[in-house]
Amino acid sequence: MLEIKNLKASVNGNLILKGIDFTVNEGEVHAIMGPNGSGKSTLAQVLAGHEAYDVSEESSVTFLGQNLLELPAEERARAGLFLAFQYPVEIPGVSNAHFLRAALNEIRVSRGLEELDAIDFEDLLKEKMELMNVPATFAERFVNLGFSGGEKKRNEILQLAVMEPRLAILDESDSGLDIDALRIVSEGINLLRSPQRAFILVTHYQRLLNYVTPDFVHVLYKGRIVRSGGKELALELEERGYDWIKDEVMAAA
Amino acid sequence: MSTVKDKQDLKKAHYVSEWSRIPLNGDPIWLKQLRIRGAHLFRDTEFPNTRMEEWRRTNISIINNTSYRSTPASPPIALTQKAVEPFFLKNPAATELVFINGRYNKTISRLPALPEGVAAGSLRRAIQSPLARVVKTHLGSCLQARNAYTALNTAFLQDGAFVYVPKNILVETPIHIIALTIPGQEPSAAYPRVLAVLEDGSQASITTHFVSLSEHQPYLANAVEEIILGPNAQLDYCRLVEEKAQGNHLATAEVRQDQNSRFNGFMAVLDGNIVRSQVCVELAGDGAECQLNGLYLNDGHRLTDTQFSVLHSRPHGLSRITGKGILDGDSKAVFLGKVYVHPDAQKTDSRQLNQNLLLSERASVETKPQLEIYADDVKCTHGATVGAPPQEVLFYFRSRGISEAAARGMLTCGFAQELIEEAPTHAIREYLSAHVLAKYAPKEIR
Ligand SMILES: Nc1ncnc2c1ncn2[C@@H]1O[C@H](COP(=O)(O)OP(=O)(O)OP(=O)(O)O)[C@@H](O)[C@H]1O
Ligand SMILES: [Mg+2]
Repeated sequence: MLEIKNLKASVNGNLILKGIDFTVNEGEVHAIMGPNGSGKSTLAQVLAGHEAYDVSEESSVTFLGQNLLELPAEERARAGLFLAFQYPVEIPGVSNAHFLRAALNEIRVSRGLEELDAIDFEDLLKEKMELMNVPATFAERFVNLGFSGGEKKRNEILQLAVMEPRLAILDESDSGLDIDALRIVSEGINLLRSPQRAFILVTHYQRLLNYVTPDFVHVLYKGRIVRSGGKELALELEERGYDWIKDEVMAAA
Repeated sequence: MSTVKDKQDLKKAHYVSEWSRIPLNGDPIWLKQLRIRGAHLFRDTEFPNTRMEEWRRTNISIINNTSYRSTPASPPIALTQKAVEPFFLKNPAATELVFINGRYNKTISRLPALPEGVAAGSLRRAIQSPLARVVKTHLGSCLQARNAYTALNTAFLQDGAFVYVPKNILVETPIHIIALTIPGQEPSAAYPRVLAVLEDGSQASITTHFVSLSEHQPYLANAVEEIILGPNAQLDYCRLVEEKAQGNHLATAEVRQDQNSRFNGFMAVLDGNIVRSQVCVELAGDGAECQLNGLYLNDGHRLTDTQFSVLHSRPHGLSRITGKGILDGDSKAVFLGKVYVHPDAQKTDSRQLNQNLLLSERASVETKPQLEIYADDVKCTHGATVGAPPQEVLFYFRSRGISEAAARGMLTCGFAQELIEEAPTHAIREYLSAHVLAKYAPKEIR
């Protein structure tokens, strides 16, 4: 469903993604790991359509048969792409419920579905909140305002559950969570797994992958995928760190 | 060649001649004297102009240069209650006092029963009642903001709204004053006046709603509100300025608070050409608290000027000033939060914040805190922001499928809504929310 070819992106003239290739098929879970500053969030943001990044003419990204790079961010979301942010922003004055209803209805309208009225949405939100195990107070609180780091991450997963995308990119949704919250978030992700839905999990920790088993693990380093493998690769990284991979990259250069 | 001074004199002569035609109607001597004092002060005071510090950023020469006629006592068309009902609060229990060009109209007001001893109605009637003593004591008693226009309001004082709550009485239903301006064929001025006196330990909620039924004629609503709170009294006060596009508005509220009293003020400027919304509070007793919230929604070429000042005269006072503005088009807003802490006012706790959301690059804001602190053991903070919605926030919306235009609408409504939550009564909050939604929300998210 997602095919990335030679993806190069720069910001203010600095090349950050230096040619990335990989393919995600329906139902798959891909983990992307890598040291700080290697470009993981940049990849996520570029896929979501952030305009701060200049994408090279040579690059191509196809998502469900469409040229993703041509679409503005909102149309990517409507096409079924979702990004859970590493640092979700706070939106004073806009309640979670209001925000999510607006988002869901935009997506429904773009798919030719009826808009949900406030009452139907209320039911849907309640169901999703129970499913994702978030406190009932989330609905009326302003989006992320005054949320703890962990609450923000859980709120992103709640949004994911409401929006039901085809491809979900989770940028460190597991960082900053205590053990209980991590279990809740992972269970949420597992509940949302389906043969039609794919995940890209950006993470630093094997912890998450113990709960959500990836089909593929990629290591991103200095803007390139330097190694790909199965779930054992994550275990190996957990044990040995990144130095051996860095050394290999150095030796190859 | 006529000089500025000559021109001013001409304008003043116009008002003085209008003034000389005020019918006397058996007014008591003290009221006539009060009017004469107003007329004197008016004649001896320069029109507000940008050479004056308080008016430096607010040019009202358009108002100064217009010779407004006094609005007729009875409007050309006979108004029914139906015509004014759209302005009523969505709360059937509310007292609805209708004033047309500053004069009380009892037949189209709605007057549910109020607790024993509470007065809500006309100043003119009160003067002829046992409450005359209260009116005489307080009317015109606390004019901190003396300028040519507040003086003019007093010079033309013939009627107004009067609310009186006796000691320890709690008025649970809101009192809504509808100040309706209906100008004549020429540019006309109305002089609405409000006097509210809350005795010791009493409590009430009052809203003054400035509106007009005129479609084209230019006018000026020149309003003065005086509010006196006894010890431990509590007042929720809301002022909604919703003038027509060709209507200018100058409003000055004077609030005098005795010890441990609480004033919760919400001043919203929704519409009107040039609107100056001023509130001057004196915390005259120990431990008095006031909250002044100002919301202004500007667009087109409109100008709003919000001036909130708090004079802390006694210890343990608390003041909270918050201004929020949304500016579109070529509009301009001025915001000034002024806090004066007297040497006796130790343990003062004062905060002010002004936030402005710019929806257009041509709109502008001038915001300034002014603190004068003469006591040493006080806490005073201030802050101001002016800006457009941040790109990162807009991107977050877009990443959820919400277009940038819809995102801006939601953010704008949310920005206003945060302050609207602070408005005193439910009906007012609903009214303001609906207004903001209709103005800023993209259709699909309403
Ligand atoms: N908008 C931007 N402006 C300037 N530099 C940027 C921008 N976005 C990313 N970078 C730079 O690009 C590099 C990659 O950053 P990125 O956030 O993608 O790393 P990451 O792999 O997500 O790291 P972490 O594990 O710390 O989250 C860093 O050097 C970062 O400073
Ligand atoms: Mg990152």
